[in-house]
Parts: sequence; structure tokens; C-alpha cells
Amino acid sequence: MSPDLVKFIFGRLTWDAIPLHEPILLATFAMVALGGIAVLGALTYYKLWSYLWREWLTSVDHKKIGVMYIILGLVMMLRGFADALMMRAQQAMSFGEAHGYLPAHHYDQVFTAHGVIMIFFVAMPLVTGLMNLVVPLQIGARDVAFPFLNNFSFWMTVSGAATVMMSLFVGEFARTGWLAYPPLSNATYSPGVGVDYYIWSLQVAGVGTLLSGVNLIATIVKMRAPGMSLMKMPIFTWTALCTNVLIVAAFPILTAVLGLLSLDRYVGTNFFSNDFGGNPMMYVNLIWIWGHPEVYILILPAFGIYSEIVSTFCGKRLFGYSSMVYATVVITILSYIVWLHHFFTMGSGASVNSFFGITTMIISIPTGAKIFNWLFTMYRGRIRFEVPMLWTIGFMVTFVIGGMTGVLLAVPPADFVLHNSLFLVAHFHNVIIGGVVFGMFAGITYWFPKAFGFKLDSFWGKVSFWFWLTGFYLAFMPLYVLGLMGVTRRVSHFEDPSLQIWFVVAALGALLILLGIIAFLIQLVVSIRNREALRDLTGDPWGGRTLEWATSSPPPAYNFAFTPVVHSLDAWWDMKQAGYERPTSGFIPIHMPSNTWAGIVLAGISMVLSFGMIWHMWWLGALSFAALIITAIVHTFNFKRDHYVPAEAVVRIEDARTETLRSLV
Amino acid sequence: MVPTLSMLRKIAVLPLLVALAGCKMVVMNPAGDIAVQQRDLIVISTVLMLLIIVPVIVLTLFFAWKYRRSNTKAKYDPDWHHSTRLEIVIWAAPLVIIVILGAITWMSTHLLDPYRPLDRLSPGRSAAAVKPLRVEVVALDWKWLFIYPDLGVATVNELAAPIDTPIDFKITASSVMNSFYVPALAGQIYAMPGMQTQLHAVINKPGVYEGFSANYSGAGFSGMRFKFHGMSRANFDRWSAQVKAGQDRLDGPAYLALERPSENAPVRRFASVNQGLFKAVVNRCVEPGKMCMDDMMRVDAAGGLGMAGVYNVTTLEYDKRVRRGEGGLLSYVAALCAPTSSPFASTQNPSLSRAPSAARPSLAQ
Repeated sequence: MSPDLVKFIFGRLTWDAIPLHEPILLATFAMVALGGIAVLGALTYYKLWSYLWREWLTSVDHKKIGVMYIILGLVMMLRGFADALMMRAQQAMSFGEAHGYLPAHHYDQVFTAHGVIMIFFVAMPLVTGLMNLVVPLQIGARDVAFPFLNNFSFWMTVSGAATVMMSLFVGEFARTGWLAYPPLSNATYSPGVGVDYYIWSLQVAGVGTLLSGVNLIATIVKMRAPGMSLMKMPIFTWTALCTNVLIVAAFPILTAVLGLLSLDRYVGTNFFSNDFGGNPMMYVNLIWIWGHPEVYILILPAFGIYSEIVSTFCGKRLFGYSSMVYATVVITILSYIVWLHHFFTMGSGASVNSFFGITTMIISIPTGAKIFNWLFTMYRGRIRFEVPMLWTIGFMVTFVIGGMTGVLLAVPPADFVLHNSLFLVAHFHNVIIGGVVFGMFAGITYWFPKAFGFKLDSFWGKVSFWFWLTGFYLAFMPLYVLGLMGVTRRVSHFEDPSLQIWFVVAALGALLILLGIIAFLIQLVVSIRNREALRDLTGDPWGGRTLEWATSSPPPAYNFAFTPVVHSLDAWWDMKQAGYERPTSGFIPIHMPSNTWAGIVLAGISMVLSFGMIWHMWWLGALSFAALIITAIVHTFNFKRDHYVPAEAVVRIEDARTETLRSLV
Repeated sequence: MVPTLSMLRKIAVLPLLVALAGCKMVVMNPAGDIAVQQRDLIVISTVLMLLIIVPVIVLTLFFAWKYRRSNTKAKYDPDWHHSTRLEIVIWAAPLVIIVILGAITWMSTHLLDPYRPLDRLSPGRSAAAVKPLRVEVVALDWKWLFIYPDLGVATVNELAAPIDTPIDFKITASSVMNSFYVPALAGQIYAMPGMQTQLHAVINKPGVYEGFSANYSGAGFSGMRFKFHGMSRANFDRWSAQVKAGQDRLDGPAYLALERPSENAPVRRFASVNQGLFKAVVNRCVEPGKMCMDDMMRVDAAGGLGMAGVYNVTTLEYDKRVRRGEGGLLSYVAALCAPTSSPFASTQNPSLSRAPSAARPSLAQ
């Protein structure tokens, strides 16, 4: 074949793109391939393909999609954490004559991938997954407002995650840091495929995130049970509403700014280059106008989870519900006027810097009020130290430290010495691990019995919690110290031997966190094996307060045979106090959405499109784009979108539940 | 700082310094007046916030212990969920701290603005009488170039300054974003291509300090370090005489050669420097045939050149892989916009164009 033809077909893709010369990647690939073959083999052997396709992959059930989001988040956490371990090992080893085991070009990909994966493909799927799983149940709805869109959003997120994973074995990932500042990320300074992998995975996943934001807003605004006014909404639903408002307002900015960067890279425009009056600082502004709200997108639902858990496990109504709601809304609004604090050091004037510094500090006031609200919920409570409550207390103690260092970083002259230092790295891990990750584990433990009908094993849960907590402190407190010693982030080699001990301690901390993750996985296995002993037949294992505990665990596909009527905040608690009797007759057919193949297929085509564009296989890009449009149009002719669950089926399910509940008395 | 705050500071600094004496915390123990004031600000803010943080942590653990389920003696009040007085306190307490911290922030951000010329060398010593040392800093791939316009010399990866003398940094970069940071001296400021930032600082104690880039800038970033020498006036004069006695000259071609990427670059000294080199670097017109950005801006501010402006296209393209030794890159926009009849567009690679242009003569010519 002529070289021109080869180039036309394969674009930039050559055998060099397969990292056969990188033993670390080769070993990883071997393990992933073996694992993959084992899973596929098992699925085939146990004839699970059709079950998987019918019940999960094509499902539009918000609970199943929520569970799949959480599985995606946990799987990607393993990848992101492997990157973290590699970085900690490199920095602990690479001193003086020793240069560690990672060459700079590999190390730089690792820290970029770590950031991108942890934010976009771990934290976001976990947050979205829990919102998906819980919000419709909490508001007494049967599903989300747009069930097919929900399925499509999930698969687009998977497609983005798979694109990032592909970069591990075909080509490379970006070497730019997780926000890919130009001019470094421009074609001139990053000519390879790394930044293109970055752009396309985020763009595709971003479509999913944005649509799921639209979906959940519509769900919360339009589908609440009768009687549930906004100020009777569970606090987690409130935080979910605010988070999704943030998503819908912020993610288009990310899409636009990455779109402009793509134009710079693909067609030679100069929005962010040094040429023709282009301005890289514009990118920095735009990406942080998305990026700052993004951190609140992650933390607000976590705040909601803690609120639910505190009141449940203290056996007490949440202290200051309305002040909690207003605090959430204030944080939502303020999160848009603080973005410049990420680059005080880029030469803005003193008045601009002070403005953004002070707005940032103001956010700590509603956040502080929230902390006090949880504190006074504990006051005069009866606290049960179940695993979710442990995570919550661990959060309260850890998060305030991260909050304090955050306010410190908001003082511009202090930021001048701490910006880009390991102090900063310690700060945001302090709030993201201590806030978001702890919250996700608390939420997963709390709602697991709702999703699967049995609790998670509490021994291994506690083991996991204590390893995470101590591991976190051991891993990140040394980074605060190193930051004060003037050490900056993203450095792959050090000369000063006196720093080494701190990095070694941090690496040990990371190992403890590894044990925490292993303990969590053991917890899953042990719980599944002991599921009969851990079984919850009541549907309300913790003495819950909100509507999700009013139905069975796992809930039937339609969630509630009759839509509940809400009279007060903590609707389920109120129903229990009022001696609520579950209806046992008079069931009618229930209108439900039908499964569809379109989500997974469209997302699959999007992935091919990404691949074609990343490798400059223009024919593949054009072809898959056409396929995307055609498939979407074909899907619009699918008129089998809904069905009725016949009354007999409802009767059968509800009678079984009645029988179960009677047997418990 | 305000007198009351400096008193607070003295009380507050002590235990912290004692606790951290074990390691070399340059940020907490700097040698320049600006960095010292930034350190004080960190300490004051931390102490202020601890007024809230410590009670919260203590109360969290205390409530968790006191209201544990097994302690049936503790009062249980499942319906207690509101107290206006308490609500006022929990909103007001952080508010008070933030009002104080906000006031401190407003003052200190203006006082310690890196663009603001120094008015003191150290507490009680005015800077008015001392002539500042001007230093022009260029972040290159991946090394630092320091130009001393007053001395007419330049160095690579070595910075020196006399103690107790205001240093007036003007900072830019050749290709990507870096951040110029000497923790012992003062806070950092970004070095960005096509832009100029400023930093005013002073070093008060003689010594050798670490300087580096604080913003990731690509493959050679980890090795982008330099030593900053704080010297007595006599030693500094001796040092500058030594540099002047050298042979190397930093002119346009020498700069363009230096600008090409290299990692862990050794110290270099240039005995003389072309006048106006830094200005040309900021405006990206050291290379022959490039229009300086300030000229372009002047043209644009005057309404542009209309169709005639397309002749400027190739002279405005500064980012070149050729310069990095990575082969050429054809820009589609440049190719589309440059008229085919123009001599500038005749070459496949615009960046190689050596055609004369409307630009002001650049340094190398």
C-alpha cells in the first residue's frame, strides 16, 4: 500500500503508538486483558449476556443506572488510585542520583490522568450515581423525568471513561496537568495525541453530565410527590437540585472552552495560542469559571448525604433545616464569583484579587453554618455509630481543617507563597477526600441496603473507614509541611535529600489508603456472601426519615404502587409517627418507560468518533458522525417507549411484600 | 501591618515556630521582607480561623462521645431542631471572623501587591533612598534567563542581588506558562509568553536560596531550578565585575539558540546584552521577520489595515515547532488567509519565511 493510503486510513496511528517498549504499561495491559477475558468468559459460561443486556445495559430504571454509575466510579477509582500510588512511589524514590522508575514523560501523564480520572470519572459518576439512585425515591417518583436520556447520559460517561483508558494502551495521555493550560496544550507544544484524548473523553462525558443535570432538575422540579413543597424536600434532594443547577450552568462553559481548544489544535485558530493576538489567559479564566463550580458540584451532594445520615443516626430531626437550605443556595450562587482565586498569581490588580479573595472567604460562612447544623443535630441525639455515621464524623473533623487551609489560600498574599505548592495539593485532597470521598462511602454504605436488600458488612466497613482516615492524614499532612518548605507540585525529581522523609511518610499513607480500598472490596465480597444474614426485609433498616425508606428494598421497578402524599418534612418519619398503614388493595396498572438499545449504541459510536478524531482518521470521524446522526434519527422512530405494568403484576409484587412484612411482625 | 496585629503576630508566631523548627520551612522562615510579611499573614489568618476550627473539632468529638447511644443518661430530645438564638450565633461567629479576615485581606493585598514598588526594606527602614536593581526575567524551555539592564549583563539559571536593595523584576516567558518563585524572597508570579508581569521584592540576609518554576511547563520542568544569591553590596559588585569580564554576548541569534528547549541547563553568563532584548522577547519579535506584538496592537488600535493586513499574517505567527527542532507545522488559518500572490505565502512553512515585513527592525538584523 502506498504511504499516502496508509496515512489516509490510519491517520497518525502507527505501531509506535502501542507501548510495547514500556514494561509497566505492558504488564498493566496483560493484567487488564486477563481480567477482561476472565469476566467475558464467566459471562458467557454462566449465559449472562442476555440477562445483562435486558436488565442492565439497556435499562432505563433510574436505580439500575445509579448502581451502574457507582460501579463505574469505583472501577475508575482503582485506576486513578493506581496512578496516585505510582506518583507517591516516584516522589519517594527520585532524589539526587536516583531518578525513580518513571521517566518524566510517563510521570507527567500519570499526574494528568490521576486528576482527570478522579474528578471526571470517579467523583462525578459516584455523585451522579447516588443522585440517580436516591432522588426519585426521596421525592416519591417512579423514575426520572427523561428515562432514556438518563440511560444515554450514563453511557456517554462510560464512553468518555473508556476513551481515557484506551489512551493507556494506544498512544498516550496528555502531559499538561488536569486542566491542560495552553499554550502548553496547544498543537505546537503538545503535538501528540495526549491532549486530544483529554479533549474528546471530556467532551463526550460532558454531554452525559450536562444531560443528566437537565434530567434531574426536571425530575426534582416537576415530579415531587403531592404535598412535597420545596421546603419539605429532603435535604439531599435540595443539594442535588443545586448541584444540577450548577452542572447545567457550568458544563457548557467547559464544552465551549474545550471546543475552542480543539479548533486551535485541529484547524489552527488562535484563541489561546501566542500568535495573532491569541490569549492563553482567556482559557485559564474560562476553564475556572467551570472549574470552581465543579468543586461545589461534587461537595454539595456530599453535604446532603451527611445531613441525611446525621439526622437518621442521631434519631433526631436535622437542626436548622431552613438555614441548611439557604446555606446550600448561597453556596450555589457564590460559587460563580470566586473563580479568579485559582490564579491570583497571574498578575491581576490588588483590588481584583481582594474582591475574589473576599468572596471566597464569604463561602466559608454558609459552609460553617452547615457544620454547626450537623453539630447541633448531634446535640441531644442518640448517636448510633454505624459505618455511615463514622464516615460523617471523620468528615466533620477532617473537612474543617481543609476548609481552614482553603480560606488561608484565599488570602491573595498568602496564596502567592502557597499557590501550586504541595500545600495546595494537600488542601484540595483534604476537602475532596475528607469531603467528597468520605461522603460517597457514607452514602454507598447508607443506601446499599435500599439498592440490594441487604446491608454491607459493618466490620469490614469499619476497617475500611479507619484505614482511609489514618491513611489520609499520613498521606497529606506531610504535603502541607512540604508546601511550607517551598516544594511545588508536579515535580518528578528532587535534589534536596531532607525532603525525602516526608515523601516516604506520604507514600506510607497512600499504602494505608490502599488497604482501605482493599477492605472496601472485601466488604463487598463478604457482604454478598453473607447476604442472607445481612438481609433487610423491612425496607427501612436504619430507622430512616425520608420516602426512600417507605418502599421495599430493593424497590419494585415502579418504586411506589401508589404515589405517597407528603404532609411534613421527613415524610416517612411523619408517616411512621402517624401510624401509616400501607395500602394492600386497589392496585391499578402502572405506566413505565421501556428499555432501549439506543443509549449504549450511540455512546459506542461516539467513542469511535472520538478515536477517529484523536488519530486524525478523518474518514472514520465523518463516517461515525453520520452514523451517530442516523442512529439518533432511527431511534426517534422507536414507538415502543413505554408499557404498563399490569395490575395483576402489581398485585403479585405488593402481596408478596405484604406477606413479608406480616412475617416480620 | 497595623500595630495591634503585629502584637498578635509576635504572640502567635512563637509556638508555631518552635513546633516547626525541626525542618527547613523556608515559607515560614524566609529571608526577604515581602516573604516575611506574607508569612505573618499566614500565621495571623491561621490563628484567627483556629478560633472557630478548634471549638468545632472539640465539640464534634465531645458530642459524639456524650450523645452515644449507650449513654442513656444524656438528654434525648428527638424533636429539638430549631433555636433562633443558636442560629444567629452559628451564622454570626464565622461572619465576624470573615469580616476581620476580609479587612486584613483587603489591606494586605494592596500593601503586598507585587506590582507596587517597595516603600520599606525591612520594618522601620525606608526604601526611598536606595536605587532599585532592575532584573528582567525570561522563562525559557526549561531554564531561566536573567537580564540586568543596569549592568548590561545576563545570566542563565543564576540570579544575584545585593541585600537590602529593592529588586524590580519584570517577567515574561518564551513559550508556555511558568511561575517565577523564590520562596525565601517573595511570593511567586506567573511568567507568561507575550505578557509581562512584575514583582518587587528585597532580600535582607545574605545567602544562597532556591528558585524555580512553580507552574508545570512540560518535560524539563523538574530541572528548571536556579540559585538565588543574596550578597553584600561589595560581593555583588565583585560578582557583576566577574560576569562582565566574560566573553559571551547575548544578541538576537544567541537568544534564539538559547531559547531552544534544553533540560537541566547549566549556569551561563553573558558579559553583554543587546539593548531592548527583553522588550523584543515580550513582544515576540526577536526572530527576524516577525512583527512586534505592540506594533500589531497599535495598528489594530488605529483601526487595522483592512485587506492589506493579510500581508502581516505570517509575521504574526510566533509559536513554531521549527524553533523547538520538531519540524514545521502548517497553520490552516495562515494558509487560508495569506493571499497566494504574496511572497510570504509562497513557502510551505510560514515560519521559515525570511521576507522583509512591515515590522520594525528586530534585534538580529
